Amino acid sequence: MKWLLLSVVVVTTVIGDLLQSSEMKSAANRPGGVRGVLPLLRVIAARKYLILAIVSMAVSFFAFLALIQIAPLSFAVPASAATFVLETVLAGLVLKERIGRRRAAGALLVLGGIVLLAH
Amino acid sequence: MSTRGWRLLFLVILSKPFSNLFLAWGMKNFPQALSPGHPLLFLRAMLEPLVSLGIATQIVWLLSRMALLGIADLSFVLPVTAVGYVLTTFLSRIFLHEDVPPARWVAVGLIFLGTALVTSTSRTEAKTAGFPE
Repeated sequence: MKWLLLSVVVVTTVIGDLLQSSEMKSAANRPGGVRGVLPLLRVIAARKYLILAIVSMAVSFFAFLALIQIAPLSFAVPASAATFVLETVLAGLVLKERIGRRRAAGALLVLGGIVLLAH
Repeated sequence: MSTRGWRLLFLVILSKPFSNLFLAWGMKNFPQALSPGHPLLFLRAMLEPLVSLGIATQIVWLLSRMALLGIADLSFVLPVTAVGYVLTTFLSRIFLHEDVPPARWVAVGLIFLGTALVTSTSRTEAKTAGFPE
């Protein structure tokens, strides 16, 4: 159960981050960009993927609450760093970002830590 | 960095692990098991005093991090705050009396180093991608 909840935390965090990053970048490219709270709220209301990002973050928070109820905190928090691995892979594949050697090495170190946590 | 900057940095570094500690403490004392079939339980859990304190501390973390990012570089703030993984493990050992075997400490160390590496590249790679400094 703890691995299922951890997967929900990681996947929904990554979905939230990727959607937020992609939508905010395209909103910032509009003439005038997004400055101030009201324009930001207008952007959120107009972009369904941004609303989906917020829903994903809420699901991630509630799954984290359920996870720390049944798993040690010293497992749950470090293991949730798996988001960095998945985000690095998806940033390259989906957002077409350039992944440098240092970032790839960092993601591998995090992955090594998570494999160690599993034992 | 100014004195205000250092104070903000300490607040950012400490508030996230303490927020996790309060949330975990509150959730472990919450009498019912959370389940997606009972969404009201999640709301009731959020009203538990320690869980509420955890959420409030998380808001403090979010606001202080935003303030810190206004005066310090992202490439400095993100790797430094990765120390939160180590602090959270210390706090769970001390306050929640969790058993942390040596292999888990090594895992936390690897995750701290890896996170610091991944986050320290964000600005460098943003620059190469053509974003303004």
